[in-house]
Amino acid sequence: MAVKANVEGKTPTTTKMTGAEMLLESLKRENVEVIFGYPGGAVLPIYDKIYDAGIFHVLTRHEQGGIHAAEGYARISGKPGVVIATSGPGATNIVTGLTDAMIDSLPLVVFTGQVASSVIGTDAFQEADVVGITMPITKHSYQVRDVNEIPNIVKEAFYIATTGRPGPVLIDIPKDMAVIAGEFDYSKEINLPGYQPTIMPNHLQIRKLVEAVSQAKKPVILAGAGVLHGKASEELKEYAEQQNIPVIHTLLGLGGFPADHPLFLGMAGMHGTYTANMAIYESDLLISIGARFDDRVTGNLAHFAPNATIAHIDIDPAEIGKVVTTKIPVVGDSKEVLKQLIHQDGKRGDNEEWVNKLTGWKQEFPLCYQPSSDTLKPQKLLEMLYEYTNGEAILTTDVGQHQMWSAQYYKFKKPNRWVTSGGLGTMGFGLPASIGAQLADRNATVVSVVGDGGFQMTSQELSVIHELNLPIKIIIVNNQSLGMVRQWQQLFYEERYSHSLLSNQPDFIKLADAYGIKGLKATNDEEAEQVLKEALEFDGPVLMDFRVVADENVYPMVAPGKGIHEMVGVKL
Amino acid sequence: MKRIITLTVNNRAGVLNRITGLFTKRHYNIESITVGHTETEGVSRMTFVIHAEDERIVEQITKQLNKQIDVLKVMDITNQAIVARELALIKVCSTPSNRNEIYTLIEPFRATIIDVSKDSVVVQVVGESDKVEALIDLLRSYGIKEIARTGTTAFARGTQKHASNMKPYSIV
Repeated sequence: MAVKANVEGKTPTTTKMTGAEMLLESLKRENVEVIFGYPGGAVLPIYDKIYDAGIFHVLTRHEQGGIHAAEGYARISGKPGVVIATSGPGATNIVTGLTDAMIDSLPLVVFTGQVASSVIGTDAFQEADVVGITMPITKHSYQVRDVNEIPNIVKEAFYIATTGRPGPVLIDIPKDMAVIAGEFDYSKEINLPGYQPTIMPNHLQIRKLVEAVSQAKKPVILAGAGVLHGKASEELKEYAEQQNIPVIHTLLGLGGFPADHPLFLGMAGMHGTYTANMAIYESDLLISIGARFDDRVTGNLAHFAPNATIAHIDIDPAEIGKVVTTKIPVVGDSKEVLKQLIHQDGKRGDNEEWVNKLTGWKQEFPLCYQPSSDTLKPQKLLEMLYEYTNGEAILTTDVGQHQMWSAQYYKFKKPNRWVTSGGLGTMGFGLPASIGAQLADRNATVVSVVGDGGFQMTSQELSVIHELNLPIKIIIVNNQSLGMVRQWQQLFYEERYSHSLLSNQPDFIKLADAYGIKGLKATNDEEAEQVLKEALEFDGPVLMDFRVVADENVYPMVAPGKGIHEMVGVKL
Repeated sequence: MKRIITLTVNNRAGVLNRITGLFTKRHYNIESITVGHTETEGVSRMTFVIHAEDERIVEQITKQLNKQIDVLKVMDITNQAIVARELALIKVCSTPSNRNEIYTLIEPFRATIIDVSKDSVVVQVVGESDKVEALIDLLRSYGIKEIARTGTTAFARGTQKHASNMKPYSIV
């Protein structure tokens, strides 16, 4: 690195650097603490600089693991996760993670290597049109065409990834761009005339909403992950209490409102609580905050909040009116909107009766399952986990039955304790995500609750957990099947269990042992209690193989195509 | 319903790909696209003619386009006073005996013959889609060998008669 001659005696703003040096310097300027990556031919010049850049790099054992770890990191820290993958297969291996981050609005800045500019388009070794492949699954993407652009591109990428509705941004770097030298200048202002997220809400819309609340007799708030992204948990609680409005969470929103709060009704949707779904069904005013009316939440749209005025608060205007017709649209940041609503201190609606009715339902229709003493019920397992961790652990999951039981029985009291693949429903997400989560919060108890199917999709990341000695507690909810697939085959496909039973499994304890990780196994309540307590007290990673009742189903349930008021399995 | 949507975009690599990809992803049908430079360097203008089932889909399209970082402005100008033009080249079978007939036929359309060969002529016509359509229909009886159409390009007229007809889609 050579500092440019400075004739006028002012501080020089540009420095001569190679592209790879620029990249790492830019990451330092963005205060990046950790990179998740995997080297390869096209990123060799970058890795050569990482060698002594003094930046913490986690070598995951597969690029998919790397990007899911970055998602876990982003979810817990609120900062963008940074990923590096090589060209071709390295880049295509992160496609699932990019899609997952896109649909769940997680900020990522992802660097992919590319073959040298001179051979792009010739089907060179490990060449793939990564920008083309990832266009629909990134918030934005760049390919570096001029080395001097690198600082600006990185700066823009971090800005785009973290502002407005967060999302993944990809930067494709041809190999030669990392090698040649240019002028490093990080002082340029970001200039994006086509990107101006709306943060402050329109005052008129706020007034309309305040008026609607004062008229409503059966209001309810449906809060999604937008509350977490906006760091608006405190405001949500204050507003709900001020107006005495019950709160329901989407799967991804869990933790935004304390689960033990009297106004909390639980999760909505396919496996939501009876009270939450019925409250939406009967409501006369539904205030959605940072949620996007996913079909797993709404069920059959014809029966979704049929009598309600819909107010939709979202930072992304394209979400408003996308699925449900909205009477009161409010575009803005969840925190700002809630602050203004609190500030308005509008007249409370006459909703005492409504709140009392819902509280009664909560007592009458709690989540339930048939207890069993000699076998282990997965619900019981999650209840025990909740109890022994005092509801304060970080949970990461895949998708499926274990995910729903975690969402139902682990009562999150605080925000940013819950890392799950919601929109995309990615198997193999939970284990690598736990690595990122633990790195984002070193002192937290991180529990990765996974199914036996999903665990086997990314189990190679046990190596990273061992290498970094991350004290992650891995719970395999082992029902020797792809549980949710099996459940649907049982209920809707005449018990024809086509390729959903996984009785041929590795010995997970031996597998853990092979990676140098402590392994424990339990088959009933008593053993489960011992195993959980031992694992939570152990200073280091533990893998737990919980042999749960194989044919247990997730209830209550809104069958596909049904309205959310048509739940089955509400009572035993 | 047919809608004309114009976009100004940063003229960067992959912008068209991103936008057409968005149409594919969300199952929107494009009838035509035209792209070209604008008066500002580095900024291109795109004109999309699309078919949408209802207003809600048009609104979604507009919003989704607006979300793209390189999209500077999106306007649905269908209900405005606009100038919309399309150019078509039509190669028509023609012998010396009926050439004059074709000349006479295309005259009211202010179309011109821009190439003549032994057995064909190439007609160039500029106008709104309906006019182009009408001329093609008339020429069909002579035998059309080839058609090349540019798709519609359009913008709002300098003077708008009924400002109330404008459809601003930016919500609140």
